[in-house]
Amino acid sequence: MQGSLRLLGGFRPLTQKLAAGLGELGYPFHLAAASTARAALWLARGEGETKLESLPVEVTGFDVELLRGVGISTVGALLELPREGLALRCGAAVVEDLDRALGAAPEPRSFFAPPPRFDARLELPAEVAYAESLLFGARRLLMQLAGLLAARHEGIRAFRLVLLHESRASSVEIALASATRDAERMARVLRERLAQVQLAEPVTAMRLEAGDFAPLQVASAGMFGDAAREAEDWAELLERLRARLGNAAVHGLGALPDHRPEHAWRRVEPGEWDPRAYAAPGPRPVWLLEPKKLKESEFTALAGPERIESGWWDGDDARRDYFVARLPDGALAWVYREAGGGSAYEWYLHGLFA
Amino acid sequence: MDAALEPILERHPVWRGRVAGYFSPTLSTTYPDLDRALPGNGWPTGALTEILCGHEGIGELGIVLPALAALSWAGKRVAWLAPPHLPYAPALAAAGVDLANLVVMRAPGRRDALWTAEQVLRSGSCHALLAWLRRPGYRELRRLAVAAQGGPAWVTLFRPPEAARETSPAALRIAIEPEGGALALRILKRRGAPAVAPLLVSVNRPFHALGRTPFPVPAAGGARADCRLGVPVHA
Repeated sequence: MQGSLRLLGGFRPLTQKLAAGLGELGYPFHLAAASTARAALWLARGEGETKLESLPVEVTGFDVELLRGVGISTVGALLELPREGLALRCGAAVVEDLDRALGAAPEPRSFFAPPPRFDARLELPAEVAYAESLLFGARRLLMQLAGLLAARHEGIRAFRLVLLHESRASSVEIALASATRDAERMARVLRERLAQVQLAEPVTAMRLEAGDFAPLQVASAGMFGDAAREAEDWAELLERLRARLGNAAVHGLGALPDHRPEHAWRRVEPGEWDPRAYAAPGPRPVWLLEPKKLKESEFTALAGPERIESGWWDGDDARRDYFVARLPDGALAWVYREAGGGSAYEWYLHGLFA
Repeated sequence: MDAALEPILERHPVWRGRVAGYFSPTLSTTYPDLDRALPGNGWPTGALTEILCGHEGIGELGIVLPALAALSWAGKRVAWLAPPHLPYAPALAAAGVDLANLVVMRAPGRRDALWTAEQVLRSGSCHALLAWLRRPGYRELRRLAVAAQGGPAWVTLFRPPEAARETSPAALRIAIEPEGGALALRILKRRGAPAVAPLLVSVNRPFHALGRTPFPVPAAGGARADCRLGVPVHA
């Protein structure tokens, strides 16, 4: 611990940090410090006792009944007993543990290795009938998850909240736009999702599961810090919007090399772009409409035609002549007629030049 | 005004009575006439802009697309919220918009749309928001104006002409109408001194894309007389 003192600003800030962290996670705890790890553990079990000697023997985990039976009730009394006799009666392990507590024998501790996945359960104090009210408990689980992720220097891109009902379970899957270990961000996304969940039955407990931890790209502040920060904010914004509006409601646009107007574009993931994007040879309207029938008297043709004839290979055959036209209200429109239809044309409004 | 003083006053936001004063950075509209009529010589950021137009297809996007294209090519994200029709990707690409930085957001409900607009503005990561909100009230607009304040976004709301009768917290309100081949702009409200004369702006119309301005109008009987004009025929 000596080595950590400078980093964390001294003993008192360190204990305050520990207390705050454990409090957030909702664990009951006692803090104690001693010159050896085992002595500290015993002191912590002693709940407020400050001297090793006056601790009750129960804290040691030895055979308490035997010790109490011979009148030993504190650790101090235990230490005063002749060591050989103690080893003979209670086993060599007891003497070794005492030596470790006093620092007379080394006690190597293995480093804590956090598990590679997270699965924690929280029993709710009362049944919850509204999904929004689950957030409070879920936040506590997210805090634990964030702690684990911080210890592993990793983040997650998705997690699952399993809601346990009286007889069955349902789950809420949350996908994040980028890897994160920010509990507040996860809670914000979860809140939007929970706002849409209709609970069929009240919830009695919940479980939070997350796996597939991914290394976190730590943004470096500095020259390009702003752009990186903005990209992160943007990703967060989109995932928040998607959580409420649905995945399909937030999308990018891609242009495709196809002559047929309906096939020359597609929805893409935000940020994705199509390297095959190409420029159409004729004018294209910014608003594309569903083709709507139009009488010839309802517009004045200004320019055209542009023949578009394509798609015979995939069954969605198009053979049309497109015109730029002015509508009576002054709008510029993109209209077409089916080519080769004889003298009786049907006109369609397909777009507006805005 | 003293010529030597002008560049200094340009650099600093000094309030000057009759000259349009400005408070936030602006984006050039790329239309010189329009730039001159706007405080700060461009679209205001960190505030609401309203464009009031009767119906789609008169060039209402033509006046915003050049600035939008410039932003998107500078790597800034731009968003379209609840557009009334499908924004057509090939046309946007042809107008110079970098599609990789454009996102379309659909919000079915009125409240969803307002919520989305506010989220976008509060996030501070979006540099232009074009929004078609359904009958926003003054208080809702006020909320958006506050969310936009201090942010980088240029916010344009498209509203019907009737909205001119309502008060609005927008920093800039422009009513547009088609007039001949051009667009007539009336600046209803701007920061600084009010604008007097309407403005005629000739926005990019499809003829330009064809490289010929404008096409000869087909004779009566209209488009049926197949007047081929050398437009490419693709098969």
